[in-house]
Amino acid sequence: MRDPLLTVRDFSVAYDVDPPVQAVKDVTLELRRGEILGLAGESGCGKTTLAYGLQRLLKAPAVITSGSVVFHDASGEDVDIDRLDAEQMRRFRWDKISMVFQGAMNALNPVATIGSQLEDVFEVHRPSMSRAQRREAVAELLEIVRVGAQRRRSFPHELSGGTRQRVMIAMALALRPQLMVMDEPTTALDVLVQREILRQISELRHEFGFTVLFITHDLPLLLEISDRIAIMRAGEVVELDTAERIWSSPRDEYTRTLLSSFPRLTGERGVVLR
Amino acid sequence: MTVLEVDHVTKTYAVRGAGRITALDDVSLTLESGRTTGLVGQSGSGKSTIAKILTQLETPTSGEVRLDGQPIPRRGAGLRAYRQTLRMVFQDPFASLNPYHSVRYHLERPLRLHRVVPDAELDDEVRRLLDRVHLEPGTVIDRRPHELSGGQRQRVAIARALASRPRLLVADEPVSMLDVSIRLGVLNLLADLGREEGLGVLYITHDLATARHFSDEILVLNQGRVVERGPADDVILRPQDPYTRELRAASPDPEKHFASASGTHGGAL
Amino acid sequence: MTAVQPQPQPVQDALEVGTTATTVVRGRSRIPWRFLAGRAAFYLFTLWAAITINFFLPRMMKGDAVDQYLSRNRNVSPEAADALRTLLGLDTDRSLLQQYLDYVGLLLRGDLGVSLLHGLRPVTEVIGQALPWTVGLVGFATVISFTIGTIGGAVVGWRRGSRLDGLIPVTTFLGTIPYFWLGLLAIAVFSVNLGWFPIGKAYGVGMRPEWSAEFVGQVVHHGTLPAATIVIASLGGWMLGMRNMMLTVLDEDYVMVAQAKGMPNRRVLWRYAARNAVLPQIQSFALSIGFIVGGTIVMEMVFSYPGVGKLLLDATNAKDYALMQGVFLVITLSVLVANVLADVAYAFLDPRTRQTEA
Repeated sequence: MRDPLLTVRDFSVAYDVDPPVQAVKDVTLELRRGEILGLAGESGCGKTTLAYGLQRLLKAPAVITSGSVVFHDASGEDVDIDRLDAEQMRRFRWDKISMVFQGAMNALNPVATIGSQLEDVFEVHRPSMSRAQRREAVAELLEIVRVGAQRRRSFPHELSGGTRQRVMIAMALALRPQLMVMDEPTTALDVLVQREILRQISELRHEFGFTVLFITHDLPLLLEISDRIAIMRAGEVVELDTAERIWSSPRDEYTRTLLSSFPRLTGERGVVLR
Repeated sequence: MTVLEVDHVTKTYAVRGAGRITALDDVSLTLESGRTTGLVGQSGSGKSTIAKILTQLETPTSGEVRLDGQPIPRRGAGLRAYRQTLRMVFQDPFASLNPYHSVRYHLERPLRLHRVVPDAELDDEVRRLLDRVHLEPGTVIDRRPHELSGGQRQRVAIARALASRPRLLVADEPVSMLDVSIRLGVLNLLADLGREEGLGVLYITHDLATARHFSDEILVLNQGRVVERGPADDVILRPQDPYTRELRAASPDPEKHFASASGTHGGAL
Repeated sequence: MTAVQPQPQPVQDALEVGTTATTVVRGRSRIPWRFLAGRAAFYLFTLWAAITINFFLPRMMKGDAVDQYLSRNRNVSPEAADALRTLLGLDTDRSLLQQYLDYVGLLLRGDLGVSLLHGLRPVTEVIGQALPWTVGLVGFATVISFTIGTIGGAVVGWRRGSRLDGLIPVTTFLGTIPYFWLGLLAIAVFSVNLGWFPIGKAYGVGMRPEWSAEFVGQVVHHGTLPAATIVIASLGGWMLGMRNMMLTVLDEDYVMVAQAKGMPNRRVLWRYAARNAVLPQIQSFALSIGFIVGGTIVMEMVFSYPGVGKLLLDATNAKDYALMQGVFLVITLSVLVANVLADVAYAFLDPRTRQTEA
């Protein structure tokens, strides 16, 4: 068994409204170094809240009511995320865990060039880098994701959805984090572009060896790309198992419902009652 | 029975500085009562242009659309009658229902407009329509859109489309904004309605899997051109055109994945 | 394993891969000539319409300037009155079209006629004397108010829910006080009772405008109270506007992304949130510049300030058409110029507007 990268224990998030809503209930899971853990569930099941909560990115009225998150750094040091003060938390973000946000999201600042938004990351996290070094690093990142360094001066609205998503991936890769949290990274994209981006993520993973927490409602996609899958419903992880066992022998009733919600592309037609 | 024919329709748009772009290039298709035709393509393939031409929001640059063998009237009572015959179900049930009006209002309006039933029978008809889309009339009739779930809203939108007793239904990505576990319910409803009421349905989607399961015939659209057409299983299981093959290869297919990669999966990404 | 294997596939140009319906625009945006020409045509048309309305408006009012002049100066002969009418372009024996063409012709030569109220001095000269006072004082006050309000609004918006929120109702309340009342109150307290500031005018009696330390000191001393009242009255609007935009922008995804990127709060606040929230502010700022010239009649009345607003008021009372038309023209021009500035500023600050085609 691979060694753990992130240990989440009894993690709960509530929305402090009237009446309070439990968005995430006692979630316990362990991310192993180098794996792809899929997190599947429908909208409102708490999967995004969980992902943001891990990095303390939740805004009021969301409140973390219990639980601990421990990051096992490659250096051998264990970082207890609850114990970090604001400044330590800020340094930790993106350096150890980065995120790729939903493709449909307005995730890039519309009034700044993509180059300056990539440089930002180095400016803040690697203050010792010179301007020229930063420029070079940005150019390299844009080449890695095949957007091309000459696009450094483009504004987000000048890029297609797929290219914007590549820029987001380049940004997530900037500090060579150990974990990338991907929240519906390909959902708004056409299926051919989606496949292109997935292929790219796969190549980057082989090259840089980061762990992935991949969040989506698209269970068939998850089944193809994940090592293990956690199924979430109403704030709880109802089942966590290898992708193969989720597919071939799901134990939870809801997992079965979710599986049967996707008609098979090539299998028998019997799945759907006609 | 063929109800609607789209006959060699081409649509071009003038684009500033770029001459003309062709949105649709010589597209022909027919809608037959009781049958569902799937129209598959990526964004920008011309899917929505077809929907606009069918609803007469756009007119073809060349070619013709015929209802029962007759060209569609461009204006007046004839056009109104056509619009009563062909109804749309849209992608976003949030946007297509007016948040200020109740379900009852949404369904009564087309009934009055097209004088489907006498005023005295309006209430009965509204209840019958809600029943038809498997909504409990007593609980939803006086609610407003925001008090309904996404799936209920889309069912109301379908009921509204049915109100004018159409013969054709154009469903443009009707479930892509709904939660996954209720998608099949809505698609099954559309399929049932098509079969039981003899509706001709055009199911526009980017999703090959549901297109296969809910269509009798499938057309694959790429850059305004129909690159492949045929019975649903033939097109999806034995695609001939390179573009269709590419689409199929890119669509998630766990069945094939686990069959071919048994034991060696993991780190697939 | 469809997802992993680098399938044999021709290497595509990075620009071509992943296009969706959005058009890919290569490189930096070009100069949108068509857009600029459209705007220019729009402004020229507006200018023409304003000039034309400006010509007809006074002619639709009852009685003319000469009648007014006669009622004040009884010893003018009927011949002299006719001569005056000819001089002012009011002679009735010429067609309206002829008068209009003459008017436009003179306008193009920079000749706005003469002012009856100011001893037949050229209107351009009369306005030229009043304009710097208004532009200087109100312009300065507007810039100060905008700057404080926008920065304050950004901070208040950023720290929503904190005690700073209390600033908003206070400044908004100050903004709702009728301006003349605020001005009179300021005079009563600071000029009459405390004697800190002079009661009115732009500089002391007996001074002549010159570039001396004493004179500039006088101007600042006289201008403080009117400028301060303008700032107090307008601050709330800027602050409220900026704070509301901040609340909208703070919910945008890129602000969340910036925080996830580990950006320090100051950076998120200014470079991401405020940078976007300020866009509508800039536009209303440019528009408010347009109203500097015309919108300060009350201030100039209360403080007897020798600016354009007071000029317009006096001209209207005396039916001094040439002066009225001149002032209107200046107001119109400044509004148009401000609009052009707003367009330019927006294009400069928001890259999305630089694009001509969607």
